[in-house]
Amino acid sequence: MSSVEALDTIGPLGQGYKYGFVTAIDAETAPPGLDESTIRFISAKKREPDWLLDWRLQSFRAWQKMAQPEWAKLRIAPIDYQAATYYSAPKKKEGPKSLDEVDPELLKTYEKLGIPLGERAALAGVAVDAVFDSVSVATTFKAQLAELGIIFCSFGEAVQEHPELVRKYLGTVVPQGDNFFAALNSAVFSDGSFAYIPPGVRCPMELSTYFRINAAKTGQFERTLLIADKGAYVSYLEGCTAPQRDENQLHAAVVELVALEGAEIKYATVQNWYPGDAEGKGGIYNFVTKRGACRGAKAKISWTQVETGSAITWKYPSCILEGDDSVGEFYSVAITNNLQQADTGTKMIHIGKNTRSTIISKGISAGRGQNTYRGLVRVQPKAQGARNYTQCDSLLIGDRCGAHTVPYLEIRNPSARVEHEATTSKISEDQLFYCRQRGLSQEDALSLIVNGFCKEVLKELPMEFAVEAQKLLAVSLEGSVG
Amino acid sequence: MLEITNLHARLADGREILKGVDLTVKAGEVHAIMGPNGSGKSTLAGVLAGRPGYEVTAGSVAYEGRDLLALAPDERAREGLFLAFQYPVEIPGVNNMYFLRAALNAVRRQRGEAELDAGQFLKAARAKLKLLDIGEDLLQRPVNVGFSGGEKKRNEIFQMAMLEPKLAILDETDSGLDIDALRVVANGVNKLRSPERAAILITHYQRLLDYVVPDVVHVLSHGRIVRSGDKSLATELECRGYAFLDDAAAE
Repeated sequence: MSSVEALDTIGPLGQGYKYGFVTAIDAETAPPGLDESTIRFISAKKREPDWLLDWRLQSFRAWQKMAQPEWAKLRIAPIDYQAATYYSAPKKKEGPKSLDEVDPELLKTYEKLGIPLGERAALAGVAVDAVFDSVSVATTFKAQLAELGIIFCSFGEAVQEHPELVRKYLGTVVPQGDNFFAALNSAVFSDGSFAYIPPGVRCPMELSTYFRINAAKTGQFERTLLIADKGAYVSYLEGCTAPQRDENQLHAAVVELVALEGAEIKYATVQNWYPGDAEGKGGIYNFVTKRGACRGAKAKISWTQVETGSAITWKYPSCILEGDDSVGEFYSVAITNNLQQADTGTKMIHIGKNTRSTIISKGISAGRGQNTYRGLVRVQPKAQGARNYTQCDSLLIGDRCGAHTVPYLEIRNPSARVEHEATTSKISEDQLFYCRQRGLSQEDALSLIVNGFCKEVLKELPMEFAVEAQKLLAVSLEGSVG
Repeated sequence: MLEITNLHARLADGREILKGVDLTVKAGEVHAIMGPNGSGKSTLAGVLAGRPGYEVTAGSVAYEGRDLLALAPDERAREGLFLAFQYPVEIPGVNNMYFLRAALNAVRRQRGEAELDAGQFLKAARAKLKLLDIGEDLLQRPVNVGFSGGEKKRNEIFQMAMLEPKLAILDETDSGLDIDALRVVANGVNKLRSPERAAILITHYQRLLDYVVPDVVHVLSHGRIVRSGDKSLATELECRGYAFLDDAAAE
């Protein structure tokens, strides 16, 4: 009998992905390929005003002159942008007036995903906007929120109903030509969520969006815009899943947050796009630009992300701290197993006086996964008294994976205080054995150790989400220890 | 309860450490295993608990009539085998109480008992802590993180008391302890003593045996048990050192 156990034996992960089903549904889909006519098609489908069409076309022209960035520590197979489909919408005659009018097949899908729509929403107390492929299908709780003056709807609806707000803020945090993927999104974005919290209002429930890619060979390009007016507060949750498919699917989203004076926005993401199989076949390419601007004094923006899915993750939720005494936070857990790659981190741009930022990043690598933390802390000359604390911890499971930490510091004010701590550790056989000697199974032991490692980030999530995230961590690491 | 027959085990690098251990422990008994450094004491504890890194090359271990070596480490634990570690392991970020409740519930499931919720567990944990005279602050701290040597050992004893194992193996739990901590350890073992349970104390010194009186004392040397006797053997070792054993073995 041998009790020498290898820590790096990899089992199949695909069986762990329980959201890999496809919904049979009639869809209206644009022909594959991307040129100005595609953009005109999308804009027309959505009955958009001319200014928005022009905005899209400007973005498209900017994109055409740009090249896909190559600075990230990612190996990306060439992407044929002309082979993808840029618009796919479940077929229906009119937009649903209420949940009763939503295609029952769609509702069944969301039920499988455990998203509280309809009656279940009331019980869960979460307002949900669900985006299926390219369009938003239902927004719950709209009426209750409206009483407080809160607008929470699909992006497309916001364009129709609140064009002045959309026009005022769209592209002000992430400009059209910000980067290759943001430019692409600005040209072809299909739908997404929009929220506006009026001055002094504390949003009484979590706002939530669920993104789902269903159609094959379809890119998803959602656009989210959240505005918290002076003294407002909102907590926002975002979840994502996709069917299991052999080809890679493109996801290039843009999220813009605007927090005015004294406002606070908490934005949490649990990203569980299909990661591909154990051999690295299939999976979502996740190229996302998320950025928030603290536009007034004492504004606060907090990003929390749990990244377990996607074949490739390229994502840097950032804060621009313009207002004096404004606060930016970034809490992240990123897991890569099998052949997943993640290059993720944040940018904290200190512009106002006494601005503060905190970065806590936990990277977990298993299998042959590659995990990079890439973060920038910039203190502008006028940011007197700026402070940053950064902590980057990496956990390795097995010896074929990689963890990398790439911090950039640009400090242009001598009064700034910037601290950076980084650790890399390996789950030790001793830890696993200790847990197992107390009666915990190998899987439970691993999950316990990993959750302990991520605790500082998980505690930032709302309760129900934290429980979900813990389960996801366990599933993502299934089979990573033999 | 435990029947070890001609047990041979080696390290991954091929060095043979156990060279034919025979040992029988009956329910209700406390055995002490003494011996010099490198004699194989910790290896024996590790092999019994299923620690990775050892290979059993010959012999057998029957635990309550079953082949112990065929069970995974966590199965052995759930079947009532507990090892108090010589060097308890730190698990950052994991609350001691949460950890122990997960462990206890895994064991309880195996025994066919209902799991304890957080409230029930806390009540039981407080009672045990009081019984063992251990401070309650232990519960809220991350498992062994920042614990002093004495606190780690107390935590092992506390875990043992909560899990109520059938067979407890204490691997040099007494090493480096002051007299108060030693009493806690001894107290923990004595409280667990019953006709259905057994314990194996692995120790360098007979000091612990002043507080926990063993039924049998064994001396392990060069991977084999060379002497067995009653408590007086421990006293003899304390006076004469281990050197005389080698002389005895040479005879």
